[in-house]
Amino acid sequence: MTLRLENLGKEFAAGRPVLADLDVTIASGEFVCVVGASGSGKSTLLSLIAGLIPPTTGRILLDGEEVTGPGPERGLVFQTASLYPWRSVARNVAFGLEALRLPRARRQERVGRLLEEVGLAHLAGALPGRLSGGQQQRVAIARALACSPRVLLLDEPFGALDVQTKEDMQLFIRQVWQDVPTTVIMVTHDVEEAVFLGRRVLVLSCDPGRIARDLAVDLPAERALTEKRSPEFLAMRAEVEDLVRAEHRAHQARV
Amino acid sequence: MTGVPARAGAPTRQAADPGAHADVDAGAHVNADRGAHVSADVSAGGRPWSGVRPGRRIRLLNSGVSARVAWVLRALSVLVPLAAWQALSASGLVNPTFLPSPAAVWAAGNAMAASGDLWSDLAASLGRIGLGFALAVLISVPLGFTMGALPWAQALLEPMIGLLRYLPASAFIPLLIIWLGIGEASKVALLVLGVVFFNTLMTADVVRQVPRRLLEVSATLGAGRLRVASRVVFPYALPGMIDAMRVNAAAAWNFVVVAELIAATSGLGYRITRAQRFLQTDRIFAILVLIGLIGLAIDVLLRLLRTRIGRWAG
Ligand SMILES: Nc1ncnc2c1ncn2[C@@H]1O[C@H](COP(=O)(O)OP(=O)(O)OP(=O)(O)O)[C@@H](O)[C@H]1O
Ligand SMILES: [Mg+2]
Repeated sequence: MTLRLENLGKEFAAGRPVLADLDVTIASGEFVCVVGASGSGKSTLLSLIAGLIPPTTGRILLDGEEVTGPGPERGLVFQTASLYPWRSVARNVAFGLEALRLPRARRQERVGRLLEEVGLAHLAGALPGRLSGGQQQRVAIARALACSPRVLLLDEPFGALDVQTKEDMQLFIRQVWQDVPTTVIMVTHDVEEAVFLGRRVLVLSCDPGRIARDLAVDLPAERALTEKRSPEFLAMRAEVEDLVRAEHRAHQARV
Repeated sequence: MTGVPARAGAPTRQAADPGAHADVDAGAHVNADRGAHVSADVSAGGRPWSGVRPGRRIRLLNSGVSARVAWVLRALSVLVPLAAWQALSASGLVNPTFLPSPAAVWAAGNAMAASGDLWSDLAASLGRIGLGFALAVLISVPLGFTMGALPWAQALLEPMIGLLRYLPASAFIPLLIIWLGIGEASKVALLVLGVVFFNTLMTADVVRQVPRRLLEVSATLGAGRLRVASRVVFPYALPGMIDAMRVNAAAAWNFVVVAELIAATSGLGYRITRAQRFLQTDRIFAILVLIGLIGLAIDVLLRLLRTRIGRWAG
């Protein structure tokens, strides 16, 4: 899998680009975190990659093929779970498989395995309304993974969770990424989260959103939560925070 | 669990004043309290909220009632008007021709039931609402669904339907009779006319409520437009669509009776006009009660359906 953004730009109103001149290549199996101030176009970027909105300039290539619309090879998870409230957890996860017309037995087996992976097998029959926020996000992630996406797009998936649940979920998504062969692009405005999870961090500037910095995180691939207190981690985190803050300041100065 | 702890005041004051619920001395209490705090406030740099009565229990606006109380209230809502009616007719203040007693109405109802007229009229009215409402739903639900789901359909249809909705259906009765005669067709048509526009617009509204995120996620899960419409929008909107039907079923039932009042040879409305000719107000009352009860039954049935289908939304 290779995802290429070529000269990508987006304007909602003519002459006011939200994103401009994005040239990025993301290789198979990467875990990329995108950070940037509010309004820098992070969600817009994910919507573009997901194919939900068309770019104004440039194009997006997934394995050489231009993205022209949404599809199951690019899974998407939002900050709030957007589950189907009338479907049980298992049937939520099965939604994409139904569209793929997989035979029922294969489908059930796959749903069962995914629920194991996200640790929700015991809640297979529950309705989403009964679940906690963290559990709902797990269902949403399992649902996206069901279609074996080549790239998983996460838009502040843990932004609405409390600190403890958030840390659990960070370890969880890292585990999923290691178990399932998929590439992850995760938007967050939590710099600590970005440095902890990402193998690579993209910092977006504001107005228009451009890649202000493309940083490789050279911390050990196996990161425990205690890593967040190591000097290397803290240094990296400070660097990214300074970048985001500088971009934010520059933006404030312009408006 | 309905009480929300008062946020006003310092915790110590709240704890020190367990008797704040006794409203009898509340006035004196507040004054004394305020007086005691004025000087303190000044020295403490001022606490503007310190005059709030401590320990006051704040209750949620929608705090629930127990099942028992609810049933008592329900019984009262029927029994009080009934008792007032009985009292008024027993007092002799009103001519019984205008206001027959409950007993007389009951007797008249029984007499009509025994003769079989009431049942054939009821069957006629129910047949009309069944057919007419089914037709109205069959037209309005697909139309409203399309309008709610597709912006171009909305732009195309909403102005006209929004306008037609404001034309009183009853005003179409003369036209309908000219077009369709005084048979079944004109009555069913009136009912359809009276319901279809409202139900279309209400259905469209419900369909538009489906969160955009849900539609987007569904697309990324490989669902095409038809699949999203049938597997996402429809189930999401179904409880709301049943609610809309419930509201409009009441209107439909009204239109049946109206249609029968004007030109019919059967039905509950027709039975009322017959009774009017002979000044049988007791019969009119009996039929009105029956109409109300049937309406209530329709409402309860649709409510049960909605509860069953919309359990997830509960
Ligand atoms: N559909 C739209 N129509 C018009 N403008 C839009 C639309 N979506 C986003 N924008 C604008 O694009 C800019 C970037 O929005 P976006 O949601 O991508 O920011 P973000 O980086 O995700 O912010 P946040 O961190 O607050 O989620 C904002 O100024 C927003 O107003
Ligand atoms: Mg966003």
